Amino acid sequence: MRQQLEAIRAAAAAAMEKAANAEDLEALRVQYLGKKGELTAMLKQMGKLSAEERPIIGQLANEVRAKLEAAIETRAEQLASKAMAMRLLAETVDVTIPGTPQKLGKQHPMYQVLDEIKDIFIGLGFEVIEDREVELADYNFTKLNVEEGHPAREWSDTFYFTEDSSILLRTQTSPMQIHAMESRPLPIRMIAPGRVYRKDEVDATHSPMFHQIEGMAIDKGITMADLKGTLNTVVRSLYGENTVTRFRPHHFPFTEPSCEMDIQCYKCHGAGCPTCKGEGWIEVLGAGMIHPKVLEGCGIDSTVYSGWAFGFGLERLALGQYKISDLRLIFENDVRFLEQF
Amino acid sequence: MILSRKWLNEFVDLRDVSDKQFNDEMTLSGSKVETIEREGSEIRNVVVGRIVEMVRHENSDHMWVCQIDVGKGAPIQVVTGAQNQKEGDLVIVALDGAVLPGGKTITAGKLRGVDSNGMCCSYQELGMTEHDWPYAAKDGLFILSTDADVMAKNPQPGDEICKVLGYDDSVVEFEITPNRPDCLSVIGLAREASATFERPLKLHTPEVRGCGGSIAEQLDIEIEDGTLCPRYTARMVKNVRIGPSPLWMRERLRASGVRPINNIVDITNYVMLEYGQPMHAFDFSCVEGGKIIVRTAREGESIQTLDGNERKLTTSMLCICDEHKPVCVAGVMGGANSEIVGDTAMVLFESANFNGVSVRRTATALGMRTDASSRYEKGLDPMNTIKAVERACELVEQLGCGEVVDGVMDVIAKDQAETVIRMEPEQVNAFLGTDIPAADMYRYLARVDIFTREKDFPNGPADVIVPSWRGDVQALCDLAEEVARFYGYNNIPNTLTKGETTRGGFTDVQRFERSLGVSCRALGYDEIITYSFISPSYYDKIRMPADSPLRKSLKILNPLGEDTSIMRTTILPSMLEIVTRNYNYRNKSVRLYELGKIYKPRADGLADEPKVLALGAYGDGIDFFSFKGTVEGILREAKVSDVRFDICQDNPAYHPGRCALVYAGDRLLGVFGQIHPLVALGYGIEAEVYAAELSFEALYEVRGGKPEYQPLPKFPAATRDIAVVCAEPVTVGALESCIRDAAGGLLREVTLFDIYRGPGILPGCKSVAFSLVLRADDRSLTSEEADAAMQSIVGALADKLDAHLR
Repeated sequence: MRQQLEAIRAAAAAAMEKAANAEDLEALRVQYLGKKGELTAMLKQMGKLSAEERPIIGQLANEVRAKLEAAIETRAEQLASKAMAMRLLAETVDVTIPGTPQKLGKQHPMYQVLDEIKDIFIGLGFEVIEDREVELADYNFTKLNVEEGHPAREWSDTFYFTEDSSILLRTQTSPMQIHAMESRPLPIRMIAPGRVYRKDEVDATHSPMFHQIEGMAIDKGITMADLKGTLNTVVRSLYGENTVTRFRPHHFPFTEPSCEMDIQCYKCHGAGCPTCKGEGWIEVLGAGMIHPKVLEGCGIDSTVYSGWAFGFGLERLALGQYKISDLRLIFENDVRFLEQF
Repeated sequence: MILSRKWLNEFVDLRDVSDKQFNDEMTLSGSKVETIEREGSEIRNVVVGRIVEMVRHENSDHMWVCQIDVGKGAPIQVVTGAQNQKEGDLVIVALDGAVLPGGKTITAGKLRGVDSNGMCCSYQELGMTEHDWPYAAKDGLFILSTDADVMAKNPQPGDEICKVLGYDDSVVEFEITPNRPDCLSVIGLAREASATFERPLKLHTPEVRGCGGSIAEQLDIEIEDGTLCPRYTARMVKNVRIGPSPLWMRERLRASGVRPINNIVDITNYVMLEYGQPMHAFDFSCVEGGKIIVRTAREGESIQTLDGNERKLTTSMLCICDEHKPVCVAGVMGGANSEIVGDTAMVLFESANFNGVSVRRTATALGMRTDASSRYEKGLDPMNTIKAVERACELVEQLGCGEVVDGVMDVIAKDQAETVIRMEPEQVNAFLGTDIPAADMYRYLARVDIFTREKDFPNGPADVIVPSWRGDVQALCDLAEEVARFYGYNNIPNTLTKGETTRGGFTDVQRFERSLGVSCRALGYDEIITYSFISPSYYDKIRMPADSPLRKSLKILNPLGEDTSIMRTTILPSMLEIVTRNYNYRNKSVRLYELGKIYKPRADGLADEPKVLALGAYGDGIDFFSFKGTVEGILREAKVSDVRFDICQDNPAYHPGRCALVYAGDRLLGVFGQIHPLVALGYGIEAEVYAAELSFEALYEVRGGKPEYQPLPKFPAATRDIAVVCAEPVTVGALESCIRDAAGGLLREVTLFDIYRGPGILPGCKSVAFSLVLRADDRSLTSEEADAAMQSIVGALADKLDAHLR
């Protein structure tokens, strides 16, 4: 009987090796371990054994059974992992084949830059305001201390709707300062982006319509030091933490003192290169302390309140940030251009 | 303003200041330097040479072989084709390796078989003109030894040529802001440089000897309009000898970008550059009646200006006239009828003050902006006229080109009051955010000639007197700027804006605007920016009816061109322009959006400027329903409820069978659909183009608020499909609403999944199939309940729409 048990074990082990799949294996399990299986049949004959042999053979039979069960399990695992390997092989794809395009639209590069600026100022507690583009000359010029006869008011520079030059397309975002001063409670902290219009023929650096952004803060005790500090913070957010800046005296009719702000050229760090036209510095914006005449004209007591204001062209900033060489690309809206950003 | 640094040194000694330092410090004190260029910086290795020996070239009948001493021991051999030189002459020699203007390089080589180790040069080859060297031969070499001015510098062989020719000035170009016309002069910039570098300013008071006689006996001046000409100053010179001006004057003019002409004209230009006061010289023999009348032109008058052009004058143009005719357009350009010519014997110098706006308008109208007019237009110092005319006469005597008649005619039509401002040091500090001692402030002001009446610098408020040339300084804030300039803008501290905390942040409208953009981009649409102005013909291109109220647009009276002449009242043509451009660029598939304004004229002349969301698309995967899906997607993201689409057959820009109006409830949101094929063809597009125009304002109004969570279903749903046959005109929309109305509370979803026409369906009919989802929130539906709902749906479809189960 011992030999018989051993023979069953050996035969089963050999058959299992040959099993090619889970079905074969199940058939073997039934063949040996099933109710009518060979090992089961063997065990049924245990009664014929002597009392001494019975436990020894019994133990042996159990061992054979356990071995067979373990072998089936091992083989099953082998077969499963083999099957999985074959499946994975069959399912293998060329991962270098391009993915199916899922196109997201793009925001216009200039408005990406604008959003960045808005977010910076929102973080500083500013509001964003908008206002009309068809504007009164009074708001675009007179209230900004640009008097009758100023060259900017000429028909050669500004688009007009009326013969008496009273209604025009705003040439700057600064009239929004006036609207804000006239309609908002103090203190004011705002930025005002928008379209502006000047009578410039289209070329690589000019367009009759372009965008500016205006900023203004009015409160008691606002100083030129506040202007500098705020603009430095903003410019560093835009151009990087290590940006070196400088302020130069300049002239605008609606601010006094007025200044222009330069950043040190990010390419040559001040040595002078083609990017900064050899100057070492790149002009980024104009600013100043709001002229007392402008405040008074809006009914704000300039002996109590003071304020600063700044403004700059968005196109030039976007062109610089993305190294776009020609302003016309901005308004051409070629998708091959738009989808680069 | 172009400045010669050599000239500047005459007033402020800055010889030890490098160009770089000059640039930086002047820029930071407010005189922005655009460029600094060194004259002759392109020229290299060009020296003075003495011709030691000169023989005919053996293989040429016109060339010479010269042995030239260039100061380096043995003479070098140079072959030249020039004929005007002789042995012993000093000439200009470009040595082997020399560089000439324009990057031309000279290398040793053979000329017709004979070694030539350089090149003898003309002044033209150094980039100069006969105006710079009026005495030199126009053809051939520049023989230095024939020019007395050059020889006065005692040039030696080997000397660097630019130095010898005085072609080594630093030329600085400034951007002068319009409030500082005083800086459009050497003296004005010298004042700024003196203040910037804290060096003494050496001003010179012109002295004129005079030759007797009296100007008053020969000249009468009358100013008709004192507003246009506040002051007119004149002097006279007789026995004039016209000729070239001396080298030093020519050098300074050239460095300042002005072409030397003759001594009298050069003097007027020289004085204008030095004092910033434009001058004019008349040939007095051409001034009829010995009378100068400053008046506006009369109807029909014209004048030939110095540039040779005949100019029609209008009655707003100020002119300098004699008894009969205009002889000069005031402040702009002189007349050819009184031009200084070779035999001019008597010269009248004009040094006048004109109204800036008037000069600018005249110059613009005549299309000639001159050095004079660009100074006048900014408003000049009326106190400058005398100094300038005196300086001109002094130069006449110095150059020996005439005799100055005694006396000055100075007619002051309008006086200028002295400007006195109360200086408040404490307020200035409060304004700048600084802590500058009062005395320092007064010291800074004194640097730019703004003084108190007191002897010492005060410690508190005091009146200060502003010099006449600083018309831009009118109030305390202007004084604050002067203090800041010399304290240094960059020395002012940097602080973050103090004061009451403001809330800031985006408004709801702004947030909604941003979210619309996000939706459009998520749906694959790229943002565009288009011009707000269009051509009136664009309305025709979108087939807008001739009587459409939308044709009433704001019209720009002075547009750049027809294409940008009116403010758009619809955004569609702007979108179609860009679609077309992309189509012409052969971009296969294009999806665009813009949130832009339209401009509706208002009674008060201004405009209502509502925003419109425009979409435009053509190409792969774009058809009516995918495009409608985009519109629906945008509305869904905006949480707009009760959305409805109505057939729109009467919008001429759109395909009458593929156009819909979009509503939220009763609120019209806009229109979308396929662009009418005729419109598309008009733009040259053969593809199907789709567009949408949605009112931003309406979208904002109907947008949904914060959504409230709806519990997820706990009980299973029953799905039933249904196909009905109905007549063609019955719309899917009608079938769907009928189903919804009939289903009772159990219906959760209706999804169209098929429309079939063909065998088995009568012509003129269609089979429409929907999938319906029925569900109750509180129980599992029994099939009886579902069947009952279906039955009522089938009944309603049959009764109301004559649609019967297939």
